[in-house]
Amino acid sequence: MSEDSNAKNSIDLAAARAKLAGAGAARMWQSLEQLSGTQKFEEFRDYEFPPSAGKGNDGIDRRDVLKLMAASAAMAGLSACTKLPTEKIVPYVKPPEEILAGRPLFYATSLFQAGVATGVLVESHTGRPTKIEGNSEHPGSLGPTDIFSQAAILQFWDPDRSQSVYLDGRVSTWSDFAAKTGNYRTRLLPKGSGLRILTETITSPTLGAQMKTLLAQYPEAQWHQYEPCGADSVREGARLAFGRPVNTVYHFDQADVIVSLDADFLTCGAGHVRYARDFGSRRDLADGASSNLNRLYIAESMPTATGAVSDHRLPVRSTDIDDLARQLAAAAGVAVPPSANASAKIPAEWVSAVGRDLAAHKGSSIVIAGEQQPPLVHALAHAINAALGNVGKTVTYTESIEANPVNQLESLRDLVNDLNAGKVEFLLILGANPVYDAPADFNFADAIKKATLTVHSGLYLDETAELCHWHCPAAHSLESWSDGRAYDGTVGIVQPLIAPLYDAHSAHEIIALFTGDSDKTPHDIVRGYWQSQRPEKDKAFEALWETSLHDGLIANTALPAISVATHADFVSLARTSAASGEANSLEVVFRPDPSIGDGEWANSGWLQELPKPVTRLTWDNAAMISPLTAQQLGLTTGDYVSVSVNGGSIHSGVYIVPGHAENSVTLHLGYGRSRAGQVGTGPGFNVYLVRTSSAMGFATGAQIAKTGKTYSFASTQQQYTIDVVKGEEESKAAMGEPGDAERNLVRIATFEEFKKDPDFAKLADEEATKDLSIYPGYQYDGYAWGMSIDLNRCVGCNACVIACQSENNIAVVGKDQVERGRAMHWIRIDTYFRGHLDNPEMYYEPLPCQQCENAPCEYVCPVGATTHNAEGLNDMTYNRCVGTRYCSNNCPYKVRRFNFYLYSDYKTPSLYGMRNPNVTVRSRGVMEKCTYCVQRINAAKIKSEEENRLIRDGEIITACQSACPTQAIVFGNINDPNSKVAKLKAQSRDYGLLEDLNTRPRTTYLARVRNPNPEIPS
Amino acid sequence: MAQIFHRSSNFAARLSIFGGVVIVGLLSFALYEIALSPWYTQQFVKRQQPVPFSHRHHAGELGIDCRYCHTSVEKSSFAGVPPTQTCMTCHSQIWTNAAMLEPVRQSYRDDKSIEWIRVNALPDFVYFDHSIHVAKGVGCTTCHGQIAEMPLTERAGTLYMSWCLECHRQPEKYVRPKSEVFNPYYEPPPGDEQLKLGKELVAEYKIQVPQHPGDMKPLQTCSTCHR
Repeated sequence: MSEDSNAKNSIDLAAARAKLAGAGAARMWQSLEQLSGTQKFEEFRDYEFPPSAGKGNDGIDRRDVLKLMAASAAMAGLSACTKLPTEKIVPYVKPPEEILAGRPLFYATSLFQAGVATGVLVESHTGRPTKIEGNSEHPGSLGPTDIFSQAAILQFWDPDRSQSVYLDGRVSTWSDFAAKTGNYRTRLLPKGSGLRILTETITSPTLGAQMKTLLAQYPEAQWHQYEPCGADSVREGARLAFGRPVNTVYHFDQADVIVSLDADFLTCGAGHVRYARDFGSRRDLADGASSNLNRLYIAESMPTATGAVSDHRLPVRSTDIDDLARQLAAAAGVAVPPSANASAKIPAEWVSAVGRDLAAHKGSSIVIAGEQQPPLVHALAHAINAALGNVGKTVTYTESIEANPVNQLESLRDLVNDLNAGKVEFLLILGANPVYDAPADFNFADAIKKATLTVHSGLYLDETAELCHWHCPAAHSLESWSDGRAYDGTVGIVQPLIAPLYDAHSAHEIIALFTGDSDKTPHDIVRGYWQSQRPEKDKAFEALWETSLHDGLIANTALPAISVATHADFVSLARTSAASGEANSLEVVFRPDPSIGDGEWANSGWLQELPKPVTRLTWDNAAMISPLTAQQLGLTTGDYVSVSVNGGSIHSGVYIVPGHAENSVTLHLGYGRSRAGQVGTGPGFNVYLVRTSSAMGFATGAQIAKTGKTYSFASTQQQYTIDVVKGEEESKAAMGEPGDAERNLVRIATFEEFKKDPDFAKLADEEATKDLSIYPGYQYDGYAWGMSIDLNRCVGCNACVIACQSENNIAVVGKDQVERGRAMHWIRIDTYFRGHLDNPEMYYEPLPCQQCENAPCEYVCPVGATTHNAEGLNDMTYNRCVGTRYCSNNCPYKVRRFNFYLYSDYKTPSLYGMRNPNVTVRSRGVMEKCTYCVQRINAAKIKSEEENRLIRDGEIITACQSACPTQAIVFGNINDPNSKVAKLKAQSRDYGLLEDLNTRPRTTYLARVRNPNPEIPS
Repeated sequence: MAQIFHRSSNFAARLSIFGGVVIVGLLSFALYEIALSPWYTQQFVKRQQPVPFSHRHHAGELGIDCRYCHTSVEKSSFAGVPPTQTCMTCHSQIWTNAAMLEPVRQSYRDDKSIEWIRVNALPDFVYFDHSIHVAKGVGCTTCHGQIAEMPLTERAGTLYMSWCLECHRQPEKYVRPKSEVFNPYYEPPPGDEQLKLGKELVAEYKIQVPQHPGDMKPLQTCSTCHR
């Protein structure tokens, strides 16, 4: 790198390597910018409000602001003299049962991801759904949620949802559509040739039955299914191994050793919330040295949330996983020929060590393959599990949870062929958006024009709606009746929380138009189906139905485990499977975006602004490559390149990800939408343009070429950096062994080290100075709230971030503001790396307000807007805040967030309904931060005092805690030695951040304990 | 050089110095008075309602319990304004033809809510909860005044934070036995007896007041009402 001024702002990989080469390997680092010592990073580290972030396209500079301030100060007094407006109270005419103004109600229902249902409870304030919580009775989660369930509430209230029926771009009505469809129906009957229906994955038994009825009425009609990032490989893998597409259920709570073959099973795929919960239960260290820790091996190209919490991570190209799977299978005793494109990148000792570990844990291990891996890898994983005797113990099989499991890629191909052959007269698309997300070689946008009449039903007027004749707004899950199966087959009933906001109708109603049941309400359809299915009659059925609605699921509907015979001959199976790619050529991996999925969630501001796991990138996708590949190709973060693969090419920014596999480019799908809404239209680039039906998971033979332009990313990874170097010692900031002069923010040990020294997280000098003060401390006679975060359980899934955003009415600020370090999240997941660039260890540290006992923020507030509360919280009184930002400037944890502009949307009426009425919506010029969900604390206090008792342990659950799939976050009263949180804080692993500053944080952490295999050198 | 100003201008200078202080003082006093005046606080201002509902008649003369209409006062933050149905429980039987009650009947007929004008309104950043106050022995009339004497309802207090804090600082001055909470004619015992009774009740109802000087004051921490 040259020494010019530009170099100060770009990543210098050679310098970064040099810094880490020596003793620095034991050091924690956060970003390549940090290792390169860029100016921007140093500014973000040294200043709470980086000076350069304030400049730019605001069109106004600091001096102008001062001038304006003088004028506004003179006027300020006047604005305080506004009288309160006259308000009205509008009571019911006849009050509905149960609704009590001011008290929320919770209803059980289900939400869907790629067709799979997860049970949730929805908080409703006088009929408005405002927040999603998990349903602790539902096997799909046992209580927690994920980011998509949380974001469903914003999707429901999204002002960009399509609001009326359209015919050829003109507003029409549902009744008009129903009438026209009726006419059409008579024309289609009795055979229905030319009728095609395209849906996404359907697990709804009711809808499945309706489709069956429809296909019986129209024998020549066809039902196609397509999900861009669905479980095709999973289904086909099962078909390869067992001859039919059975459903696999994993039991991670029973697994001592887990090997993931490119599977991000903690945040993706069916049952991931439950899997994370089960996985977390095996990361518990309450029993100290006798704890039963699991061990996770993962081989993957792009570092995922799951990869970051693994004990051994092997970065390999997704293409090479096939080779690895064969080697592991061979080690487990499955006869399988070696891969045609054997790669030297897979270390033999790694495979043999993993093989031995698996062999030592027969019946208590799991091998799981990723959704983007080809069917053969899935089949091999099944074979390994069978060979290890895991089947029936950690892995069970059931019949498919889908109504009609098909190879969806082939299903869509059939549809496109029929469209092109002119065989399709009437095409009905329910929910899918194939114009945007079908494989590029299908040219769906051209094919769809060949149908005589096309109807699209979806939440948005999207790319597909644009090319269809009719568009009907689809009813959201929160406003319709339906049902669906969870990952284990348990049936959840979907019940509406509110009447449809717009002229929206569910798939059940549209199918009913075709089957001649248009007089039935969706409620009748769903209830009628179950009435016909269940043995209970009349009153017994009524009782069952009521119970099922109350619980959110129909009891005992999980599919029974079945025994399946594994294919005997993997030798021929593996031979007939086509080789999946070339050795050592540059591959491109297509994955759903960790935040916005396959594009379905593109219009969610919450999810767009959510820092993605590991990269902490917001508002964008990128061509993610490894540091080594970047050096070989002469690329750096921010280079704008063209990526050519599969005969197409797209432009994108390059993003270097430490730990990414060499010779591999990860492209996240879901961006570059052209008709998503005001939020989703625009950001990122469309990867579907180069994804073809021959390579849905990954493709080799890619080329990257520089365009000479640059691209700016908004990543929060280098923001909010806590300075680890203690004051006077700044000059020693060279990347040496972490010494006394450095603070140790993430404390780690291996399980062996932990057994020898359970107190490794306690530092002698901190313990000695703890609680030293010349001032008397606060006395807490009643409650003293505290939080414990277990770094060993956290899997960095981000559910807490979105749950907090939903609970606390946190605003979205946009890419430009995020780049300036102004994202508003009250809890952030700090991500640390340790070790060399190419395969570093990764550590998560969720960081909400620490609620310090000696809070630096409180001393400096000139107006008493942030004060110490009688239960130890650092209260934040928004209506008092005048926006000096002194508190934030004085906060060593950088957890305070300032409303530089009017970020909260005060204008959009539909968003009023979404907000939590118990939390102030903050305006411009106001500081905000985490308050341990003080609204929930107050509600519980009021309830307990009215009942003349103390608050029970576990009665208050903060939003982040409730959403956390692994139960890493625990909140409670630390004055009560029997509370869960007090017990956690009594564990030897407990430590606080920056304890040497004597802030005495109420939030403390349980140190991370890795469980590596001693046979594998780190 | 001749003096620029005549000697008499010394007086003007003195006058302007002292006068300035007086004017600033007067202005402050005026602003303070305005801020406390019913014009600004809406205290004692009778609001015109779609139906001239009289608490004096219903709660006073007829002796209907507060909770007959304000049903959620013991269960929720919001005391509850009765649905039309509640009015009609009686008025479908009595005064069925009164012209004054036509809006009520119309509401019931058309299934359209009556839009009442809010009398006691707090800013949106204040999270007041009726149920806990009632449960701790704060009577309706403590805040809502002599409601049983009001033909048209008016705001009895300024609803300023200082007004709230009067009680949050010294609840013993205001609390009454729980049995008397809904009694619109309750008279607190005179003078020191209220303080004595109040202190007993504060202890009995476990109202969170500091036990020792220097203790934290839960009733006065910001997040008790603001969040």
